[in-house]
Amino acid sequence: MENNIVITNDSFAKLEKKKTVEVSVERQSVWKDIWKELRKNKVAMVSVVLLAILIIAVLLAPLSPYDPYKLDASQKLQGISSSHWFGTDEYGRDYFTRTLYGGRVSLLVGFMSMIMTVIIGTSLGVFSGYVGGKVDMFLMSFTDIFLALPSMLLMVILNTFLKPGLPTLIVVLSLFSWASVARITRAETMSLKERDFVVATQNLGASNFRVIVKHIIPNILGPVIVAASLSVANAILMESSLSFLGLGVQIPRASWGSMLQGAQAHILDYPLLAVYPGVMILITVLSFNLLGDILRNALEPKIVE
Amino acid sequence: MNNLLEMKHVAVNFAAYGGTVQAVRDISFSIEEGQTVALVGESGCGKSITAKTIMGLVKKPGKVMEGSQIIFEGTDIARYSSKEWRKFRGKECSMIFQDALVSLNPTMKIGKQIMESLDNHAVTTSKEEKKKKVIDMLKLTGIADAEKCLEKYPHELSGGMRQRIMIAIALISHPKLLIADEPTTSLDVTIQAQILAEMKALQKKLNMAILLITHDLGIVADVADKIVVMYAGKIVEEGTVREIFYHPVHPYTKALLNSVPRLDRDGKEMLCTIEGNIPDMTNPPKGCAFCERCPHAMNICAQYMPEEKTVSSSHRASCWMMDERAAKGGVAHA
Amino acid sequence: MPSQKKILEVKNLKKYFPAAQKQQLKAVDNVSFDIYEGETLGIVGESGCGKTTCGKTCLGMYPVTDGEVLFHGKNIHTMSKKELFAFTKRVQMIFQDPYASLDPHQKVYDIIAEGIQIHGMAKNKTEEKKMVAELLEMVGLNAEHAARNVHEFSGGQRQRIGIARALSVNPEFLFCDEPISALDVSIQAQIINLLMKLQKEKNLTMLFIAHDLSIVKHISDRIGVMYLGKMVELTESSKLYVDPKHPYTRALLSAVPIADPEASAQKERIMLKGDVPSPVNPPVGCRFAGRCENCMEICRKEEPQMIEIVPGHYVACHLYND
Repeated sequence: MENNIVITNDSFAKLEKKKTVEVSVERQSVWKDIWKELRKNKVAMVSVVLLAILIIAVLLAPLSPYDPYKLDASQKLQGISSSHWFGTDEYGRDYFTRTLYGGRVSLLVGFMSMIMTVIIGTSLGVFSGYVGGKVDMFLMSFTDIFLALPSMLLMVILNTFLKPGLPTLIVVLSLFSWASVARITRAETMSLKERDFVVATQNLGASNFRVIVKHIIPNILGPVIVAASLSVANAILMESSLSFLGLGVQIPRASWGSMLQGAQAHILDYPLLAVYPGVMILITVLSFNLLGDILRNALEPKIVE
Repeated sequence: MNNLLEMKHVAVNFAAYGGTVQAVRDISFSIEEGQTVALVGESGCGKSITAKTIMGLVKKPGKVMEGSQIIFEGTDIARYSSKEWRKFRGKECSMIFQDALVSLNPTMKIGKQIMESLDNHAVTTSKEEKKKKVIDMLKLTGIADAEKCLEKYPHELSGGMRQRIMIAIALISHPKLLIADEPTTSLDVTIQAQILAEMKALQKKLNMAILLITHDLGIVADVADKIVVMYAGKIVEEGTVREIFYHPVHPYTKALLNSVPRLDRDGKEMLCTIEGNIPDMTNPPKGCAFCERCPHAMNICAQYMPEEKTVSSSHRASCWMMDERAAKGGVAHA
Repeated sequence: MPSQKKILEVKNLKKYFPAAQKQQLKAVDNVSFDIYEGETLGIVGESGCGKTTCGKTCLGMYPVTDGEVLFHGKNIHTMSKKELFAFTKRVQMIFQDPYASLDPHQKVYDIIAEGIQIHGMAKNKTEEKKMVAELLEMVGLNAEHAARNVHEFSGGQRQRIGIARALSVNPEFLFCDEPISALDVSIQAQIINLLMKLQKEKNLTMLFIAHDLSIVKHISDRIGVMYLGKMVELTESSKLYVDPKHPYTRALLSAVPIADPEASAQKERIMLKGDVPSPVNPPVGCRFAGRCENCMEICRKEEPQMIEIVPGHYVACHLYND
């Protein structure tokens, strides 16, 4: 490596140095990490974009000129046209509008049950993991029971006893999902509890509450967010199944599952009635699952050597 | 003495999270037969990667750059194919690492693991002969109950024993060069003393060269013939043990020697430290990498990389202070 | 300057852990020593000697199996919640791993301010900010660094942050658990210098645990040597090197490599046979008997007691029991 070295009069004079304390490479923000993961996985990128479009469309549903509940026998079972993008169903209702409104219900149920699941599961899991001992053993046995239950069967049974409607649906779905979140958060809490920085905070005289809120919870957010994403997907699927069985959303309200049920009767002559809600479920569930993967990869601690 | 290994203009880059890290930047040094060379420096200086380069263990996202030559007994092994590397590793050149627990297979008995190493190099002998070879090697490495040891699993042995097993596996095919990457750092001091003594004895017996990678200058003083000092991917000084310890030239070498507290020295004065940190290797300075931390830094140090100058036939260093034009009372012959 | 006032008294401390097959891991087995105000007591020993367990038990992080630990005369394991809270303000700890001892999600400011907030040491936010800035400067960092995230700092800098955190509550006693083992050689020197400077300025009393004898000798006033749960020798650091009495201490010192080829070549080497035995079910009699070159018959039968053979120099060895 030949260097063309230019020697000047003060080349060998003492170098004036700036007095700063160097701090290393700035870590990229979490958003950049997420973007990077998305770029790596093209399928995930596409599905996340589709999901975004779907959510926006669903939110804009009230802009539709059609009333999703109005029956009009004269328009029944029309095919795709410029005035009916998805055609009409057996009651003459615009199917595209129905699909959007159905999406609102499905997504609402998905999000609400995710929130309940995360709150119940995280509270229990963190408490159990932090306190440990007999309390932990008892709570985990309790959790195991819920994990072992045949959820679908029990949901069906419960729904027949309880007053049908959205709140019931959300509660029942959360009841069978909180257990796995509790397990995850408990495991994370137990390993975090032993870490030096938690011990250091305890040594400073911090109350248990402070330790949990300021140190444990922020450090388990990663797995919790991932679990939340998967929980939405799961809830939408379960809701669809329940509604398909007639146990979830009641007429005339639509959800994708109930639309599937209605489409059964016309599966041979108008199969598209089943395809539209089916595809919506597919896209949504797949996207939330992939989003969960992306978030998990992006939130993994990066070691900057 | 013939040169067993010659490194010429070796450079290694790594594609990392923040950019491309220039881990090793154009280094050249050689190892003679039967010689012990210590590669010294702090973490991030590139010494471990240099060792891996000799074993062909640099894989994506690392890349040995074009123009690097690794000449082992006359052949440029940097050009080796995977097949040739497999023949080379373990037979011509072996490597032992810091943590034997991680390097040994936890589900395989010790005896089997050592024999596997023999098998890899297609030594066609009977099972009894192989077993005898293994037992002899274990005894050589200082394991008294060699027969019993064969039937044990790695986790059943102590740290020192595991390290000896790793040495046995590495040396069973009598390689000409042993690369030891911080071989005793994770061991207790008394066990370390045992292992080092055993390694020295083995080296004499097998007429083997050792490339010792470490940051512990005490071990170096005990074991090495020649020292190569690395900083930020470059060699800053090279010389015999006495030359480096008693007549160091480069300011980094001097600072390193001064920052180690000595057991045989009294006094509670402040230790000499090297202020600052190593530079960012994704964007290394265009001049001397030690410039920012060097008490003798001159303007030219920040602008151009220092040229290598010889102090004696075995002693060379790269520092602008060695230039005649540098201020009087400079570094040249301390 | 070390005084005669005893800050910490450890009396016949025993800490056992349950081990497999109904056995007991005797991590600390009947250890006694005192720490005087303003001094640095170093404890050295190899793996399995129990030094870290001893230190942590002395801080109340483990309950005692037997014996007691007195801080200013009060037994720390029987303190009330209120007393323990006050205790946390007077005794602090520096951890070994700079990457595990700081909360990765917190900013430097929050980490250092936490102790101040918990103990209500600042009247308002402005005063809190001032205290954090002063602490950062005290450990050799800049006040601007408070706004940064922890992961932007190197190992040595993180350790400084940990030291600032420990000092935030103005403790009088500092427990350093291998604070430099995970750092590079030149950074180790920086941190040792910092600790020594802070000790002088704040008249801190320190318990310093490490396996690197050279570093411990440099920073400590007195050194205790532990082997397999027992303290075998305790004396001033300079005396320990010049006149080690216990055979294990001698072997340990001879094994420490010296960064000087000539001195290294001339050094007397005492090679120990075999490995360190396990602290689970240790042998009867002196723990070191199996590997000791001066082993006598009595050593295998009776445990030697710790006696003061010369003022200030304690040894537990039958060689000195006449």
